[in-house]
Amino acid sequence: MKTLSDLRAIKEKAKKEMAAREQSAKYRIVVAMGTCGIAAGARTVMSAILDEISKRNIANAVVTQTGCLGFCDQEPLIQIIQTDKNVTTTYGKIDSETARKIIYEHVMNDRVVSNHVFMHQ
Amino acid sequence: MHRIHILIAMDAHTISQGARSIKDAMSRELALAGLADEVRVVETGSLGIYDKGVVLVVFPDGVYYVGVKMEDVSEIISEHLIKGRIVERLHYLDIPTEEATMGDKSARIGKQVRVVLKNAGVIDPESIEEYIAHDGYEALGKALTEMKPEQVMEEVKASGMQGRGGAFFPTGVKWGFAAREKSDEKYIICNADEGEPGTFKDRLILEGDPHAVIEGMALAGFAVGAHQGYVYIRGEYRMSINRMQKAIEQARKHGLLGKNIFGSSFSFDLDIREGAGAYICGEETALIESIEGKRGEPRNKPPFPPSVGLWGKPTIVNNVETLANVPQIILKGAKWYRSMGTENSPGTKVFTMVGNINNPGLIEVPMGITLREIIYDIGHGIPEGKEFLLAQLGGTTGGILTREHLDLPLAVDSLRNAGAGMGSGALLVVDDSQCIVDLVKTFVEFFVHESCGICTLCREGNGRLLEILERMSDGKGKQDDLRLMEELANAMLRGAFCGLGQAAPIPILGCLRYFRSEFEQHLQGACRAGKCELHAENEAAA
Amino acid sequence: MPDLNKIDKIIKSYENTRTPLIYILKDVQKEYGLLSDEILTRVAKKTAIPLSEIYGVATFYSLFTTTAKGKHIVRCCNNAPCHVKGSKEVLDHIKSYLGVETGETTADGSFTLEFTSCLGLCAVAPVMMVDNEVYGNLTPEKAVAILKDYKMKGTSNA
Repeated sequence: MKTLSDLRAIKEKAKKEMAAREQSAKYRIVVAMGTCGIAAGARTVMSAILDEISKRNIANAVVTQTGCLGFCDQEPLIQIIQTDKNVTTTYGKIDSETARKIIYEHVMNDRVVSNHVFMHQ
Repeated sequence: MHRIHILIAMDAHTISQGARSIKDAMSRELALAGLADEVRVVETGSLGIYDKGVVLVVFPDGVYYVGVKMEDVSEIISEHLIKGRIVERLHYLDIPTEEATMGDKSARIGKQVRVVLKNAGVIDPESIEEYIAHDGYEALGKALTEMKPEQVMEEVKASGMQGRGGAFFPTGVKWGFAAREKSDEKYIICNADEGEPGTFKDRLILEGDPHAVIEGMALAGFAVGAHQGYVYIRGEYRMSINRMQKAIEQARKHGLLGKNIFGSSFSFDLDIREGAGAYICGEETALIESIEGKRGEPRNKPPFPPSVGLWGKPTIVNNVETLANVPQIILKGAKWYRSMGTENSPGTKVFTMVGNINNPGLIEVPMGITLREIIYDIGHGIPEGKEFLLAQLGGTTGGILTREHLDLPLAVDSLRNAGAGMGSGALLVVDDSQCIVDLVKTFVEFFVHESCGICTLCREGNGRLLEILERMSDGKGKQDDLRLMEELANAMLRGAFCGLGQAAPIPILGCLRYFRSEFEQHLQGACRAGKCELHAENEAAA
Repeated sequence: MPDLNKIDKIIKSYENTRTPLIYILKDVQKEYGLLSDEILTRVAKKTAIPLSEIYGVATFYSLFTTTAKGKHIVRCCNNAPCHVKGSKEVLDHIKSYLGVETGETTADGSFTLEFTSCLGLCAVAPVMMVDNEVYGNLTPEKAVAILKDYKMKGTSNA
């Protein structure tokens, strides 16, 4: 990259790719993978999610990671983003069992697992 | 699919007011009205409205209803959901911010302003493209193509930003010292040796938004004329090290680090240096010694690092949070930055709330917020019905704040007047089930572990303080002990070699000042909190 | 007597790094498990840094050790934020489960128990670190269960 317009080109491309990625799947599942999340068990949650998705052949969801959101006491945290409606549901204090339940209920059957919702927007 | 969402707050308070049965009734009546497919009822945590009974919000309208009773359920459904008319009788308008319509997040986010943390938890930290998509490297591009180094420095100076490592020295002024030095080599160091107990803001930035730190360092390099930077990260922060390493490699690949960045004559590169487990290396001259491969013992000051630093060359050492602020100051301007916070403490500050608090975690708020707002509004108060005893602000070397300080605005000058400081922004909340002597003993144990040993006052002073506290919590304290502690602490305050030794006595003196009677009780063989096993020698005599 | 030739290779890999002593010691410790006198002497000879200076560095930083440690290193935090959340009870349980005090290694060589300074995970306090893994929201029972897991893994590998 040599100029500001090179940067802008990358920016536009990245924005498009992010948008395309978001539209390619109905659900984006984001796992908070900061050290606090991992200390609270985010890794087992992540592998449970990946396992459940492959076991159930779910094709309309992508899984990504992000850093800590600052609500460390709620870790492990995951967010289910319904991309077409731009609705984000954040689940707190998840273990691998709840994670599997959320994949089945929320991602497969559009039912929010309300007793684990930390925020909804 | 669902036309309307109804969020119903489920917290200890609303549940006690019957929120659960109202939710069930709501679902039941929606089904009866044939609306089950159109309206979804969602449970959420507290909506940040207290003492108003059952609280619910109807989306997408964002209408809040409070004090909802069983008999109101059918009215809300028939009036609002079917006819679109708000039930004014229950309508609640006193919603502080727009974010308040976002469910529980409002209680914790409502007072927050995310500048440094704008990307943390939003982007994938391992993707430079996502950082770029969120205006990343725009500031560096702007600086290198449209600005002179002096202009970058002036902008930071004008913003009034003070170093977020804890000393709050004006960042632009520090840069100015290094800029005016004539030298073939200058260095920018990012101090990521975060180790102040209770602090994890830097970890969160390094793990969540590493490119912001890289961009800030490159801007600092441009402003002072440095071409090499080091990120000194403590060895225990494995994930921060890995993420930063990846980010540096990506930035190099995109030509954002290396030679002739953005086609300019400016070249800048970065390397990571790992710490090996020493709290003292957070002190800037000890950190420099450590990069030079030596014991991390602090140097004499002056000369200060901007004149004589790493390998004897002019060096800027800035904290992670400080550097992460820089790109946005360059992009949005000093005036924008000054629009946040107070006159003498502009900008936002990241605080970590830890200890006996309902919602521990990390928040970014404008300077000038009060302790009460943080602890009770954002942190939701003290758990298990216990009472607030004290707060320690700024980590284990931080000052002690008690009930009388709850409404003190947290800004650099007001805190200084109260004999405290913002420090690293760690806020340790302590409830009344804790014992002061036991707590102070924990502080001193930390200093004994972390004293580098170079000066007698810190090495021996902390050791002797621990001895005194141990015998006090064993019920073997001597009548003269409080005076002895004060004498030792004051000597350390005045005579220790570096900031660590000088700051170590601050919380001890604070506790002696506000909780003297509790120390005296221990001398008489009583521990209010029951944490100390007092084997009083005078027991047999009594 | 361990093969000390690997030390030379490690030192050579840092020949382009300015003042790499801490990195060299880290890699050497990773290879040999400790920084013994003979190892430090070899490092001194090869780097031409005085042995006294190298020894000073090796004993200054808490991640370095000059004595042999257990297979797993358990680092418990008892700084104020963990302390007020009950880290002392956790530590006491770990001590009695392992049968050692902090700074000691179990008789079977499987664990060394140490203190760590704040790991910045105070919102999930109390915390501990086992080797490079961190564990939060500990209770005395949970901490001991985690260590039991390590022990089981350890014996099945052996």
